[in-house]
Amino acid sequence: MELIFEKSRPGCRAIAFDPLDVPEAALPPELCRAEPAALPEVSELDVVRHFSRLSQRNFGVDTHFYPLGSCTMKYNPKMAEAAAAHPGFLGLHPHLASAPATWPLCQGAFELIFELERLLAGIAGMRQVSLQPIAGAHGELTGTLMIAAYHRDKGNTKDTILIPDSAHGTNPASAAIAGFKVVEVPSLPDGTLNLNAFKKALNESVAAVMLTIPNTHGLFEPRVLEIAQLAHEMDALMYNDGANLNAIIGECRPGDLGFDVMHFNLHKTFATPHGMGGPGAGPVGVGERLEAFLPGPRVVRDGEGFGLASPPKSIGNISAFFGNFLVAVRAYAYILKLGGEGLREVAHHAVLNANYVYARLKDLFEPAFDGPFMHECVFSATPLAKYGARALDVAKALLDYGFHAPTVYFPLTVKESLMIEPTETESKDTLDAFCSAMAEIASLAASEPERLHAAPVSLPVGRLDEVRAARELNCRV
Amino acid sequence: MSFVSTTPAEQAEMLKTIGLTSTEEFFEHIPETLRVTSWDLPPGQSEMAVRARLAQLASRGDGARVCFLGGGYYDHFIPAAVDALASRGEFLTAYTPYQPEAAQGTLQSIYEYQSAICRLTDMDFANASLYDGGTAVFEAATMAIRLTRRRRIVCHGSLNPRYRAILATHTANLEVELADGDDPAGAACVIVQNPGFLGDVHDFTALAGRCHEAGALLVLSFYPLSLGLLKTPGAMGADIAVAEGQSLGVPLGFGGPYLGILATRKEHLRRMPGRLAAATEDAQGRRGFVLTLQAREQHIRREKAMSNICSNEALIALRALIYLCLLGRDGLREAATQCHAKAEYLKQQLGFARLLNSGSTFNEFAVRLPVKAQDACLALAKQGYLAGLPLSAVGKGEETDLLIAVTEQRTRAQLDVFAGALASACRQA
Repeated sequence: MELIFEKSRPGCRAIAFDPLDVPEAALPPELCRAEPAALPEVSELDVVRHFSRLSQRNFGVDTHFYPLGSCTMKYNPKMAEAAAAHPGFLGLHPHLASAPATWPLCQGAFELIFELERLLAGIAGMRQVSLQPIAGAHGELTGTLMIAAYHRDKGNTKDTILIPDSAHGTNPASAAIAGFKVVEVPSLPDGTLNLNAFKKALNESVAAVMLTIPNTHGLFEPRVLEIAQLAHEMDALMYNDGANLNAIIGECRPGDLGFDVMHFNLHKTFATPHGMGGPGAGPVGVGERLEAFLPGPRVVRDGEGFGLASPPKSIGNISAFFGNFLVAVRAYAYILKLGGEGLREVAHHAVLNANYVYARLKDLFEPAFDGPFMHECVFSATPLAKYGARALDVAKALLDYGFHAPTVYFPLTVKESLMIEPTETESKDTLDAFCSAMAEIASLAASEPERLHAAPVSLPVGRLDEVRAARELNCRV
Repeated sequence: MSFVSTTPAEQAEMLKTIGLTSTEEFFEHIPETLRVTSWDLPPGQSEMAVRARLAQLASRGDGARVCFLGGGYYDHFIPAAVDALASRGEFLTAYTPYQPEAAQGTLQSIYEYQSAICRLTDMDFANASLYDGGTAVFEAATMAIRLTRRRRIVCHGSLNPRYRAILATHTANLEVELADGDDPAGAACVIVQNPGFLGDVHDFTALAGRCHEAGALLVLSFYPLSLGLLKTPGAMGADIAVAEGQSLGVPLGFGGPYLGILATRKEHLRRMPGRLAAATEDAQGRRGFVLTLQAREQHIRREKAMSNICSNEALIALRALIYLCLLGRDGLREAATQCHAKAEYLKQQLGFARLLNSGSTFNEFAVRLPVKAQDACLALAKQGYLAGLPLSAVGKGEETDLLIAVTEQRTRAQLDVFAGALASACRQA
């Protein structure tokens, strides 16, 4: 497909402004650009057709089943989009919050922030929540910065964070960006954390332990409380990566599992759309130990209304205002819609769907672990290796069947990993069709592996030359 | 109602396939002591009720006030086509393009966005987006630290104070020295902003030269829409150009989601954070797009990654791209020209206040009023105006100082009436 730049025709315009109704003004030429930016010159229809056609070259949850493990690609309700599109939210200037004189003009937004923070705290069993972090990884960074501030405040000199080998890449990256050393703790063959290895790694230098519950193998960490007790004895704090909260919402609360701090992924558990990679939102929740260190300023009750105040030992602004507010609006609408019972249903059906897929596929692919799986199941494609087929081939073949691929080659602990998270919103028919496609692909691997290697054949492009892309680095026109 | 799609009959069938009778059994292996004891969330509501509640909260906002409030976030016009296209489900509900064949729409749009940003800034490479303008400054600073192996960051007085605060929060546990001023000696970078926070238009070309002589980088935070007129970061010799992309077709939305823009020079590419799309071909010679140089990123490099960023602001970058296409080469210049001319006109009408800017400004300027700025804001709000940002509230001025922004959306009539209303508020107090 042509680039929008290739459709440019000199003199073509999409938008006209009203004629300037004040005198012209000139800036000194040395402060001005030499030439106008070479942006496309196209009509509005050119733009609309170009981007409509581009969109049709995408798989989205609205059009395709998207069983990406650890990503929780559930249906994104349209009512939440409508709620966030209210002009009263869209047009609200964030600097209204910067001066007390204009706080009366943003009371509705303050109330929403206050309410959502309270609801999320209740869901997770944490004392307080801050909506400031802009994404999940930003929540991790916020959490680790609060942990650093906590230890500085106590005069502790701790510089290490323990992270399981099954963790999301963002965990070690966030810890390192916050200034910590990372020590990896291995998993046991059954997919849970190796407690003995953990005990060996735990010493005075450990500032925190980061765990994902359930972990990225789809398994609940049964010894989480023991891990938390051991950590707390050393004054190391417990961080929960909340990426997999969908599996346990309404059944377990991270605050009851010994966690001092966690992040939520509103774009996973709370159904806000992923938008091709973002925006998401990564609010952090904290227990007693970190309450004083939360990012500030925060929305607080102020007489009849709401105002702003910073916690006593706040780490300060982690984002400019209140994080991705319009994402928070969507999540708030979702929580109100589902209510307590609806949220419990989410976990039950997310786990049901994953276990159904597991039951149907466990004889076709090699389960990476014995389970019991929660909201996702992990297989290995190594049995297909003898036919010359890989997890990547399974992924590409699925695209031809009209399904997005599962997460492949993650977690790193599983060879040829296929990580499947169907979410609660998919129908049995969809899961059945997906499992049938997986069965056909497994049998094709044995009979005609070359067909898998050629996949996908039904999409606008086939497999692309990534080596060439990295060599030529053609990243713009 | 939880958007579950299976019927009770199907659920029973699925449980039978699994060999269980109830979904409760899935949770039985979790030790009893770890199960929820308190779960007092409100009951669910209908869509009608939820929408009504949200509309109630939204309508307690500022109403449709005529906006002169800026401070880094501006009330620019957003063409309808931006919303229509960016809300298409195929964009909205897609994931990160890890399967490129099923994400060519995403990847081509990133490639086009990167192209548009490079053309706008005269830089060589742009990434696929960062969170927002403030965090982009932090990413640029850490990139400069990696490139220079120095640990001193110098913040110029032109930098948005909120960005500086965000930088301080993010670097609090790093052995990094934050300094103020413009002395590049021993620094990883000097961070400047154009136009400056108070609206002053700068030419940082000479400073870029001094930075390079001292082995430091120049990080320039720019206002994207102003580049319809102003000298570009590339032309000034900036090493890393970052921006808050909100001015490019993104609603104010009480602080987000916004768009972090980052562009750099070719020689710094491999230390750049964030995703990067590149053109390539499939076996049949068809052009396609993939993510490239992923070994910089957290999912490959983990604790050695250039950044921890995973979720970015791809959908907002798409908005910016669509906006830049709709305005086009001449439209962007016209938008910037109108912003500037209208701001200059308003300046002329505010003779009763003392202008605090000594040189050229773009679309924002600071004035010293005869009254407290917050009092003036309060009075003007009652008449339907957001008068501006009281500078003492952000630690950038006296209690009487007000930062006033003007966009292309303001009409001469609005400017005249606003000037009169502000004059009157200043007299009455």
